[in-house]
Amino acid sequence: MSPAAAAVSIKGVSKTFPGGTTALQGIDLEIGPGEFVSLIGPSGCGKSTLLRVIGDLIAPSAGETLVNGKPAQQARREREYGIVFQDAVLFDWRTVAKNIALPLELAGWSRQKRHERVARMLKLVELKGFEDHHPWQLSGGMQQRVSIARALAFDPTLLLMDEPFGALDEMTRERLNMELLRIWEASGSTIVFVTHSISEAVFLSTRVVVMSPRPGRVADVVTVDLGQPRSAETREEPRFFELVTQVRDALHAGHGAKEPA
Amino acid sequence: MAAIAIEQPRRSRSLSRRAALYLLVPVLFVVGYSTYRWLGIHFHWTRPFVVDDITMPSLWSIVSALFEPSRVNGPLLISVLLQAAAFTAKEAVIGFALGATIGFVLGAVLFQSRLLQRGFMPYIVASQTVPILAVAPMVVVWMKSGWQSVAVIAAYLTFFPVTINTLRGLQSADPRAVELMRSYAASQWTVLWKLRVPAALPFLFAAFKISATACVVGAIIGELPSSIQDGLGGAILNFAQYYSIEPANLWATNIIAALLGISFFLVVVVVERLVVRRAPEHVA
Repeated sequence: MSPAAAAVSIKGVSKTFPGGTTALQGIDLEIGPGEFVSLIGPSGCGKSTLLRVIGDLIAPSAGETLVNGKPAQQARREREYGIVFQDAVLFDWRTVAKNIALPLELAGWSRQKRHERVARMLKLVELKGFEDHHPWQLSGGMQQRVSIARALAFDPTLLLMDEPFGALDEMTRERLNMELLRIWEASGSTIVFVTHSISEAVFLSTRVVVMSPRPGRVADVVTVDLGQPRSAETREEPRFFELVTQVRDALHAGHGAKEPA
Repeated sequence: MAAIAIEQPRRSRSLSRRAALYLLVPVLFVVGYSTYRWLGIHFHWTRPFVVDDITMPSLWSIVSALFEPSRVNGPLLISVLLQAAAFTAKEAVIGFALGATIGFVLGAVLFQSRLLQRGFMPYIVASQTVPILAVAPMVVVWMKSGWQSVAVIAAYLTFFPVTINTLRGLQSADPRAVELMRSYAASQWTVLWKLRVPAALPFLFAAFKISATACVVGAIIGELPSSIQDGLGGAILNFAQYYSIEPANLWATNIIAALLGISFFLVVVVVERLVVRRAPEHVA
């Protein structure tokens, strides 16, 4: 795969925070367009830091990050990606519709175009009828759907997600997993997904990047060869359990400061 | 869908409860004052002070004083006081607007740099430890006696809480929301107006509530060294001189001054309700 074709290309990225903590060391990772890649690892393995390096929210101490073939900073300035955090991070003072319209507003879209797009996004995340609600009137799962709609509103080719369903209950989480897969298929975007749930990572991803802590590095990359589209039955396939076991083993091996595979 | 909180009934119920509380306090005050006065006169209390018609005029005499001429053949006291209150209100409103603007801009400038904060904050605090009574005469000397100088004195008492809370409020924005804005390549200016200022609004209104009453006090005090006769400050000074003859007049003036302060406060509360759209737990 040529670098220009990769959605994300990370070469030799390290990050040492002031104070001496090495969050990332020598990370190499290529993510192709349309892939769904999960970053998994114990806390302190630098998975969230890596996500922020891709989004140019943190500058790496060394190495190079390309997004759609452009340096990460240029990609951010050209609004190449949307981001979703563990909490929805919605603006209390804006309605659901205006929260989703925020990136469009900053990009200078006309009122008419914003209105049309917001209506489409509300349909995508199944929140029609809630446009005039304020965030605090919604449940946690609904808030997170608004946040996903906001991230996708301007058609970014890349979606960065930092434990987006970590704060939700298991039921809501599984439902939103299905919804996310549907959205991923419909939008054709690339997703980089940080999680600490092994089954979630395997269920959603085309590849799972297993990271090990102190210093954060890539311990293993597991290719998930489950069929598409995934469904509730996918979770019951023998191959699903094999892959879960494989990721779990890689996580435990990573704890012993194994060299990258 | 069941998770949607129904806000309206809760809000109106708490409103009616609050209205009852508003009534309760004056009722308690009236009952307490009258009881103390009756006991004091009946049992000839001398501590902490002798209770009589001069030290504690009856509430009836205070209310009826409002509807008597303040001097022979003059207008009713209440119309004199309402005119004075309107005059003071003008000074206070302009003082509030001036002070709130200066306070906000100062807070926003300090927010930009820790160095500025460290350098300027001690002097901003010091400005408030200098008694207003010491500052007021200088303002009058510089600006000539007039309602403008009184507005400046009112602004002097107004800006401080606004500066402190602007600074704190601008810092209160969720760091991930700042990251989100960064991911949209938003400029500093956009982050300020779309994120930090809206996030600061509950803090700003907390400051405005303090300032709303402080600017009335500032206007009343500011009238004294300016020897302005048309406002409540002038009225207070005047009736204080005749306290031993007509004590009810001063009490009545104080009640009008208090009402002016309360109405300023209520205006801020109403504007806050209209402007601030935050989760109920975030509204001060």
